[in-house]
Parts: sequence; structure tokens; C-alpha cells
Amino acid sequence: MPIGDMLLRSVDDSQINTVFPRTFEEYNKWNRDVEELPPEEVYRTLFEELATGEKIQIGRALTRMNYSKSGWKSLIKKTSREIKKMTKKGIVPESYKETLIEINNDWGDPTFWYSMAQMVNKQTPIYYWNAIDRTYDQNQNVIMQDEKRRIYVQTWFKTLKVSVYVTFFCLVLGFPVAHLLANLPLRYSNLLMIFVLLPFWTSLLVRTTAWIVMLQQKGVINGVLVWLGILSDDGRLQMVYNETGTLIAMTQILLPFMILPLYSVMKVIPKSHMRAAQNLGAKPAMAFWRVYLPQTIPGMSAGGLLVFVLAIGYFITPELVGGKDGKLIGSWIAFHLKTTLNWGLCAALGAILLAVMLVFYWLYNKIVGIDNIKLG
Amino acid sequence: MALPSYASPVQKTYYYFYLFFCGVVFFFLVAPLIAIVPISFSVSPFMVFTDGMLAWPPDPEAWSLRWYKNMIGDCSADVVSSTVPCSNKWMVGTLNSFFIGIVATVIATSLGTLAALGLSRPHMPFKGIIMAILISPMIVPLIITAAGMFFFYARINLVYTFTGVILAHVALATPFVVITVTATLVGFDMNMVKAAQSLGARPVKTFFRVIMPLILPGIISGALFAFITSFDEVVIVMFMASLDQLTIPKQMWAGIRQEISPVILCMATCLVALSIFLLTTVELLRRRSERLRGIKPR
Repeated sequence: MPIGDMLLRSVDDSQINTVFPRTFEEYNKWNRDVEELPPEEVYRTLFEELATGEKIQIGRALTRMNYSKSGWKSLIKKTSREIKKMTKKGIVPESYKETLIEINNDWGDPTFWYSMAQMVNKQTPIYYWNAIDRTYDQNQNVIMQDEKRRIYVQTWFKTLKVSVYVTFFCLVLGFPVAHLLANLPLRYSNLLMIFVLLPFWTSLLVRTTAWIVMLQQKGVINGVLVWLGILSDDGRLQMVYNETGTLIAMTQILLPFMILPLYSVMKVIPKSHMRAAQNLGAKPAMAFWRVYLPQTIPGMSAGGLLVFVLAIGYFITPELVGGKDGKLIGSWIAFHLKTTLNWGLCAALGAILLAVMLVFYWLYNKIVGIDNIKLG
Repeated sequence: MALPSYASPVQKTYYYFYLFFCGVVFFFLVAPLIAIVPISFSVSPFMVFTDGMLAWPPDPEAWSLRWYKNMIGDCSADVVSSTVPCSNKWMVGTLNSFFIGIVATVIATSLGTLAALGLSRPHMPFKGIIMAILISPMIVPLIITAAGMFFFYARINLVYTFTGVILAHVALATPFVVITVTATLVGFDMNMVKAAQSLGARPVKTFFRVIMPLILPGIISGALFAFITSFDEVVIVMFMASLDQLTIPKQMWAGIRQEISPVILCMATCLVALSIFLLTTVELLRRRSERLRGIKPR
């Protein structure tokens, strides 16, 4: 239900329509090929609606208008101030068009009027286009954003890249550990399992803080390296507040999610299979590659997808450890939700992420089945 | 799985490398958690090992409880430092965390247990779909759930209230209860229910006297998962809670972003201790449950 509401938000554009309903109605009658500027009627309704409209509602609409073309906000603010003065004095302009253009020259600029076309409909895909760095030009064609405003495509790719790396590292680190845990006698493996479960149970923020302590310039790892003489005192590595830090911390945090499914799969592979393969003349490496590894594929895919899916939506750790350029897509969603209040864009980013997730979720269900999720 | 005595030197090398590698990974998993414990007892207002702490013989001057005092809101002169603010925020956060966590756990456990009971009936229609929907908050990234909930709760005026935060946490925690209780119910003999009913027990009495005692380990470990989920939750709290609903994670988040102070590490140490406690409880419960169901450890 909340997610459905979010999906609606991502295309919702009705607020502005409640503020300027008549202006938009008149606007739709404007034939661009014949007239350069909209007809007098559009100016008149806009003038009246600015004069009578509620201030808060107009303010919200302005924020929305600024997403389409920057400059709208200041233009309308200036104009409505003038309009308020005029209505106080009781002046009724003869020609609304000329009065408005007199107040501010921008009213004679057709590009402002062109951008209004994006707002006329109650639903709009604009936020989705924005979420992948596209915008509309004056003829409603989809074009790339300005060079300096292109951030999202890059962020999407970075999110994917980080998730793939984290999944890969988790697999490389998790596989031998799961194998060891599955093959040791239960007494020892239960003891070692604590090493896996303790991070799993510990608060995410605690682990993130711990990594900041470990990785910072005066931190534990740098300290040890300097003490061992590997690094000079002023050659300390910058490991935190960049992508390296994000990768290290996320790998550690998500590693239990890889080890646990792998462990539960490896646990049921009979040990006799490897011995049988070697009896039949296979070298250990060959036996491992041809006999053991194929049997662990369900575990690897389960763990891999779980880690990947968790990593792609990760937000806390990259935000804290990642620094300025470590921001992933989750950070932008939070940023638009909390700071810029551009909820439409936020919802659109969320919806795209959700769609990506659902694809992987579906795959996960196909390969392993939802019911097979195991905890602890 | 020790190496056989006839192993070749190459095999031995591989084997020891493999053990070494696993050791490194285990170290990688727990080292950060252990490293923060000594630093939380430091005198220094920075989160580092000071020279005094590493000195041998140990220098008592370098160690102190001042950040722990700061954490519990004791702002006496020896505690206050120019860079670290002192307030009772941590204690307020702790109280709020426990309050929200416990209420959310109670609701989530009741709902989750009922859902699991219903879902494990053999003739439940749309089982797969219901299960998928129930589990979805676990799989969908938190940030999406949080954004969706924020929009939805904003419409019905639940944002910035305890009710809103608790309800959101219930939605997050219920799947854990459903999963653990369903797992316990796999070994449950449904004939017991029939037996109880044939002896005259009504459904409610059957549940409390027959079903519940048997699946209690599952319910409790589900409740612990639910509690830790709510207790540990930061994303939703960040969006949906105002200063009145300050919780430990929210305060830690603010602490890491603004004032890097060792007080965070004190709280972190306490939380590690709490998670060790919960981990032990769950492990003991799992063993008990296996014993009850007659599964012998191999």
C-alpha cells in the first residue's frame, strides 16, 4: 500500500493543476504555430489566479515549475508582488498581456511558455526522465540534461558497479569459510559460527562506525601498517570517505548473508562425492571443479542474489563511509525526500530501483524459492 | 577434516593456505567489532588508540570511563570536553528505543505467529502470493520502504508520531517472525490439534495450551529478531521520527555525521554486548527446539 502510493506520487502532477486550472485550460487553446506568444486570455487568467490564489499553494506549485525550467520561481514571485500592489490600488489593467510583460520581460519569452506544456497534464513521466538525466525541450522532445546536471545515470552505474564488486568479494571470501564451516566437526564449527553470526546480529551503525575507526587516517589499520614499517608516517593511506571504504565496509557487513546460504547448501553435500571422484582418478582440483562446485551453485546463486539485492539498495554505509563521491542511488532518494522535497523525483528513483529489485527477486524465486530463506 | 597422512607437499601447502585464508576472513569479520571496545575506554576525545593506551606497562592515565559517564548524562567537570557535547540525549534515545522496540515486537510477534499458523495449514489458498507479500519488506530495499511509508503516512498524518514509527517497525519486523515460526511449524504434528479438539478444547484454548508451548522457541527467537530489527532500524526513524522520537540509531547517525565523539563507541560497545546476549539466547533456544523435536545434533 505505501509502495503503491509512492508509485502514484512518481507520476502525480495534480497539485499545480489545482492552482492554475483556468490558465491551463486557456493555455491548451493556444496554437503555437500561429501566434508567437499565448493569447490575451491566458495572461488574463494567470493574472487573476495569481491575485486570488492561496499563497502556500502557489509556493508549492512554484517549486514544481522550477523543476521544468529554472527561473519560474523568481519570475512569478516578482509578478505576484506587483499584482498584489495593483489590486490593492484597484487598478484593472487594459491589456493583461502588456501589463505582465511590462512587469517582467520574461513574460514575453516564449521558452517559459513552452515549458508550461509539461505541467498541463495531471500525470507526467517527467520525473522518470529526470531520474535518468533526461528532460524535455520546448517541443516536448526528450533530450539529455545539461552537462553539469547529469548525475543520475552516473550514479546508477556506480551503484551497479559497487553492488557487483561487493557480491564478487563476498563470494570469494565467503566460499572457503562456508566450506570450512560445513566440513569441520560440529563442535568446532558451532564455535566458529559465532564469528559469522556476531556481525550479523550487531547493529549496522555499530559496524559502520567500527569501520570508520579502523580505516581513518589515524585509524587502526594505518596505525598497524606504520608500526610494521610498511608505510611511512606521512604516507598514511586514505581509505575512508571514498569508494574503497564503501567497498570494504559493505563487504564485511554483507558477508554473513553470503556465508549462511552457502553453508546450508554445503552442509548437505556428502563428503563421499569428493572421495569417489578422486578414487576414479580425478586430481583434487579436477574433482573440486567438476563434482563439488556444481553442487554448490544453488547456494552461490542464493547468496549472490541476496547480497546483490541488499547492496543495490544500500544507503547508510555509503552515506557515512563513502564521503562525497561515494553517494549511491539510495543517498539521492533520501536527499530528495528530506532536503529538496522533490518528492516526485524521489518516488521515480525509488520506483526504478524497485523495478530492478523485482527482476532480481523474481530470479531469486525461480532459482532458489522464497521459502528457502534461512536465518541464523 | 584433517589432511590424510599421505598428502603431498603441494596439497599441504594448499591446505594451510586455505586455513590461513579462512582465518583472515574470520578476523576481517570480527576485528572491527573488537577494536572499538578498548577505544571507548580512552581518555582522548578522538576515536583513536593513543600512545598511552599502547604503552607497556599500561598507563592508567590513558584509560577512563569519562565517555560512559557522558553517555548516561553525567555532565560533571571531568567528563566535559570542548569538542564533545554532553546531554541526556543518549538516555532519552535508549528509553525511546526500548519503548518502540518492545511495543513493535509485541505487535509483530502476535501478528506474525497468527500469519504463520494460517500459512502452514495444508489447504491455505494463495499461499505463495501471501507469503511473498509478507516477506517483501525484507527484500525491498529499506530506503524504498521508508520513502513509500513516508508518503503514505504523510497522507494520514502519522509522520512524526510514535504510532507511525511503531507501525512502520511492525511492518518491517513481522516477516522475521513469520519465517521463524513457519520453520518451527514444519516439525509440528497437526494431529495434536485434532486430539486436543476431540478432547473438548476450544480453538483458543487449543492454541494456548497445546500449540503455543510447542512452538514457543520459534516464537521467542522470532520476537528477538523482531526486536533487534526495530532496535537497529535507522532509515525509517530518520524520515518518520521527529526529535521526540529520538532513538539510539538516530542519535548515533547524528553523532557520526556531526560530532565524531567516543561516546558513540561506548554506545556501540553496549550494543555489541546486547547482540552477544541475544545471539546466545537464540542459539540456546534453537538447541532446545531441536531437542524437543527429537533432532539429534550430528
